Amino acid sequence: MSMELDPDEVFGDEEDDPETEFFKEREATKELLVYLVDASPKMFSTTCPSDDEKTATHFQVAINSIAQSLKSQIINRSYDEVSICFFNTREKKNLQDLSGIYVFNVPEREDLDRPTARLIKEFDLIEERFAKDIGSKYGIVPGSRENSLYNALWVAQALLRKGSAKTADKRILLFTNEDDPFGNLKGVVKVDMMRTTLQRAKDAQDLGIAIELLPLSQPDDEFNVSLFYADLLGLEGDDLAQFKALVGERFEDLKDQLRKRIFKKRRVRRLRLVIFNGLSIELNTYALIRPTNPGRITWLDSMTNLPLKIERSFICADTAAIIQEPPKRFQSYKNENIMFSVAELSEVKRVSTGHLRLLGFKPLTCLKDYHNLKPATFVFPSDEEVIGGTCLFVALHRSMVRLKRFAVAFYGSSSHPQLVALVAQEEIMTSSGQVEPPGMHLIYLPYSDDIRPIEELHTDPNSVPHATDDQIKKASALVKRIDLKDFSVCQFANPALQRHYAVLQALALDEDEMPEIKDETLPDEEGMARPGIVKALEEFKLSVYGENYEEEDSNIEGKVEPTRKRKANAMKEYGNYDWADLADNGKLKDLTVVELKYYLGAHNLPVTGKKEVLISRILTHMDSLGASSYGWHPCIEIFAQCP
Amino acid sequence: MARNKEALVLVLDVGPSMHSVLPEIEKVCSLMIQKKLVFSRYDEVGFVLFGSADTKNELTEEVGGYEHVTVLRNIKVVDEDLVDALQSLPRGSVPGDFLDAIVVGMDMLIKKFGQTNKGKKRLCLITNAVSPIKDPFEGTKEDQVNTIATQMAAQSMKMDCIIVRMKQDWETNRRVMEENDFLMSVFSNKSSSKVVYVESPTSLLGALRTRNILPVTIYRGDFEISAQLKIKVWVYKKTSEEKFPILKKYSDKAHPTDKFATHEIKVDYEYQSIEDPNKVVPPDQRIKGFQYGPQVVPISSAELEAVKFKPEKSVKLLGFTDATNIMRHYYLKDVNSFIGEPGNKKAILALSALARTMKEMNKVAIVRCVWRQGQGNVVVGALTPNVSDKDNTPDSFYFNVLPFAEDVREFQFPSFSNLPSSMQPNEKQQEAADKLVQMLDLAPPGKQEVLPPDFTPNPVLERYYRYLDLKSKHPDAAVPPLDETLRKITEPDVELLFRNKSIIEEFRRSFELKDNPKMKKSARRMKERPSGSDEEREEFDKDADAKAIDSMEYSSKTKVEKVGDVNPVEDFEEMLSRRDDPKWINKAIHDMKNRIFDLVENSYEGDTFHKALECLVVLRKGCILEQEPKQFNDFLCHLSKFCQEKDLRSFCQYLTSNDITLITKAEAPDSEIPEHEARSFMVKPELDSQNMKPEAKVENDIMSIYLGGK
Repeated sequence: MSMELDPDEVFGDEEDDPETEFFKEREATKELLVYLVDASPKMFSTTCPSDDEKTATHFQVAINSIAQSLKSQIINRSYDEVSICFFNTREKKNLQDLSGIYVFNVPEREDLDRPTARLIKEFDLIEERFAKDIGSKYGIVPGSRENSLYNALWVAQALLRKGSAKTADKRILLFTNEDDPFGNLKGVVKVDMMRTTLQRAKDAQDLGIAIELLPLSQPDDEFNVSLFYADLLGLEGDDLAQFKALVGERFEDLKDQLRKRIFKKRRVRRLRLVIFNGLSIELNTYALIRPTNPGRITWLDSMTNLPLKIERSFICADTAAIIQEPPKRFQSYKNENIMFSVAELSEVKRVSTGHLRLLGFKPLTCLKDYHNLKPATFVFPSDEEVIGGTCLFVALHRSMVRLKRFAVAFYGSSSHPQLVALVAQEEIMTSSGQVEPPGMHLIYLPYSDDIRPIEELHTDPNSVPHATDDQIKKASALVKRIDLKDFSVCQFANPALQRHYAVLQALALDEDEMPEIKDETLPDEEGMARPGIVKALEEFKLSVYGENYEEEDSNIEGKVEPTRKRKANAMKEYGNYDWADLADNGKLKDLTVVELKYYLGAHNLPVTGKKEVLISRILTHMDSLGASSYGWHPCIEIFAQCP
Repeated sequence: MARNKEALVLVLDVGPSMHSVLPEIEKVCSLMIQKKLVFSRYDEVGFVLFGSADTKNELTEEVGGYEHVTVLRNIKVVDEDLVDALQSLPRGSVPGDFLDAIVVGMDMLIKKFGQTNKGKKRLCLITNAVSPIKDPFEGTKEDQVNTIATQMAAQSMKMDCIIVRMKQDWETNRRVMEENDFLMSVFSNKSSSKVVYVESPTSLLGALRTRNILPVTIYRGDFEISAQLKIKVWVYKKTSEEKFPILKKYSDKAHPTDKFATHEIKVDYEYQSIEDPNKVVPPDQRIKGFQYGPQVVPISSAELEAVKFKPEKSVKLLGFTDATNIMRHYYLKDVNSFIGEPGNKKAILALSALARTMKEMNKVAIVRCVWRQGQGNVVVGALTPNVSDKDNTPDSFYFNVLPFAEDVREFQFPSFSNLPSSMQPNEKQQEAADKLVQMLDLAPPGKQEVLPPDFTPNPVLERYYRYLDLKSKHPDAAVPPLDETLRKITEPDVELLFRNKSIIEEFRRSFELKDNPKMKKSARRMKERPSGSDEEREEFDKDADAKAIDSMEYSSKTKVEKVGDVNPVEDFEEMLSRRDDPKWINKAIHDMKNRIFDLVENSYEGDTFHKALECLVVLRKGCILEQEPKQFNDFLCHLSKFCQEKDLRSFCQYLTSNDITLITKAEAPDSEIPEHEARSFMVKPELDSQNMKPEAKVENDIMSIYLGGK
């Protein structure tokens, strides 16, 4: 029994439980994806409205969506492999040497491979170079037996021959605005070409390759999937209706819609929701929202830039002997070491089955804003194993939405058993498609141990001030003025992350200049300076602070004075020592802590810590000054230039 | 460490009306002391009982009065004796006067600390406050409480009052309770006292803060509404997960006689070159590499520092927006509290005005935060108002982190309305679901919410610390099962299910689930298993096998004269077959009854149920054979009642699921039990005899619901 348990899992700090879950799953299933982009003249001649109120051609929309997805893929799912393949081209470039097909690639990369910095950079420039290098040309024309769509599927299927269908998801994403590719043909030729193309698609699907269509349509000419593609995709009945519903009529923000469909949804795990004993349904969980962090750090040998192997060993603190077997754990308690085996600790944590057990329902008002600890998990029903579960889920979902209630359940995971709230979310659709999928969000609830009584700390027996009606009125005018209309939660890019990856991209491509990243999270100062807002602000300020707001402000500033004084003093005293000499002769240790702080203060370094810490901080600082002046690392200069 | 040192006086009501909840109080108070032993070993604790028969306190000696208040322990540093003392509280015999007890507790704190230890002196009162306090010599009770509360505030003492009001308390003296509740509210308004009411043992465990964490601010400074208007705020963590303790790894390498051995294990990391595993690369030759697609881009710490995103420490308002724009599931992390700078009346007022207007208008504020200088990222989040309904508590805000564009995956899911009609609930099904969602209610109107996060303890931590204490006394003890009170957190409430049994049945009938024939393994997975039952079942089987072998070796070499522990079934059958004296029959039945009782009573997570059942089956058979149906029937009713009272209901369920019934007239003519009442031994304890029969049947039905409607 104890052999099966990974001690780290039982004992470890599971702070990033949901994250690790999410990342583990990524590596287990890799995705191989071919972007198949129609490059026919029709893609260039048809336009649709775009973000900045300009119009964009369908080709531009497709290219931009792919560029965007590549950028997020290299951050989030860099193990996935992609290939970009155009069809209906003038030039040809593919292993099969088929005409009308151009596989786009960059050096040091196979045709189907992980995205690289260079691929992203060059793909960003493709539009300018397209006409010259690749060119657009109809591939299916009367009087010719050429079939560019057939060829495209063939090339894509050949690209996806890599890797087994068991370990990888294989997909072809087809971008086109031609709903009737064989429309200009007639008679036997047409029938024959349609048949062979459909057969080609079926062969691919039989090999485990999913073909997905991302149709581009426009207001007066809706993409009619029934003409040809329904057959190719094998859509019928409900599926067809669903497909039409998903893509129909939402051409206003095509790019947005494509972006959503490019990523395949991945289940994190399967959960069983036990309604009562003997009645349970199957749920799939998805991580729709997870904080993205700068990727994992790999330690490299600075001489060779090769990765280092990290070897972990356990050493007995008493005897320095190296310990092999997973040891027991202990906690000091009552002056004794209380020992626990791994099995005992996991037994302590096993307070329930691994399922989700329904306990009951509460009104939504019971779910407070502070009942939160980590990102929510999305759940959607599945009929894969048990038929009827989806129906039950939908019924509960509707009742919960209508009655404004959420379900309370106990999630008995082995590492983190927890009470959870299941909040039903209704589907929300806008012109650009589904904004909120229908389903339930599983919100991890805190225990009383996790909630801190902050308000109690600030209670005052002599009663604290609360705002008057007039002050509330003034505040209300202000709130009305500074209104963010159409605020959407994820409208800001994370400036730290953007910066990080821009730097990585620049370094990966040996670029000299560091890119500028706009911080979208800064307040709109121009907007705030508008007279209406300024007036509302002033009135609110006056109603709360009276006339002497500035005075109080300066009062607070007074508190800062001592630090400033200390700093000035440090600057004055700093000149009285020959620091380089003291350091070279190891005499820093003879100085007092107060004296050492002169140096630190003068260089704006932290002044906290023990004497040894202070000395080593001074030495490190001197080293870095010395080193950079020798320019041992040319990069430093580049970086120093950028703000 | 000493900075957070707390002096606490526990003031516990042990009067007769408290006896039923004392077991939970013992658990929660000893847990608090245990945590102090682990996390704050220098805290000092005193311990006062009231409602006790005895009187022992300094005030009674000095000024008289203060009867039935016993100081069990003066204020001193926590130790293990205190844990033990709290685990076995004496049961008192007189209704307690909580006000007397509070005064005794205050007196102890004042005598020990005087004016020192400001803000770290705490009283913790646990009572049901259903007994009247004595009338004062002069003035009203309210005056008296006022004086005491003022004194408490002057001494900067805090008080946590937990008023335990279980169901039965409501019927008792309402007038006294109302008076006491009023007096409590005076405390909470006039001093730093918190009064909470709990209605369930589970909430009681959660109501007492067992670990005293001094909250620290993560930000103190300006909340910039604009360049012209800045409000001074303090930001705290409002929620922060209390983690499972990280235990040290144990090394047994030290010599057994080495008294100073630490037994600790150090973890050492070596960075080895890939080309030459024997070459260890020192820290100054290592460089960080960041993954970018297939490439790893090396960046030195200095470079990283130079190019890193470095925002200024600040909290800036971006604007206000409708609360409906921010859905609950976007909250990303643990929660912070924004509160006006203490003492800064204007700042408190400004926040109050904003909070109140935002609440009225249903708005949230979007803010951008950089808590510390040098922090490498910004946080964008939503402020939601937290308007206080108490005069002495300021209005504040909760802050929840929101995701950035990179953090959101926009997966598309099919609309429910587009699902095939087989997956759409029909009207009847929808109605069943509506009823369930409505009636399986954890927050019934007029009653306390069940399992509110604020009063629900973490069952894993509770269990861990109890186990820790158990192990300190019995190092080889196995993990005890989760107790009934904690199980209320992890499992549905049986009472609630019982009350709604017809709705549950209707729901069950409305939704028929079928295994998908395409998935083979599903059949096995469909079965709901209680925790670890597979293993337990195997254990049973092994056990049974071993017993079988035992019994063969045992085979009646000597004549059996009593039903033993080892092979009760064989012994019983052996004795019944003895025809040398009729007394053996009665003796066998008598012995067997005792064995069964022992087995059930001593069961640990049902481990003996199987054996008890086997015994019960042979006993039943024996009683039919020997024409003693009454003996068996009476015994079964008695056993069932016993199980109800001792919280061994699971055994009753086990019996029902194995079709154990009373012996009916059809089986033995002497029986008075008609066929349709064969199952009527399942009696709920609170039901009185007159409505016993119909209810008994209901109970039987509900049992079948728990057991999967078999």
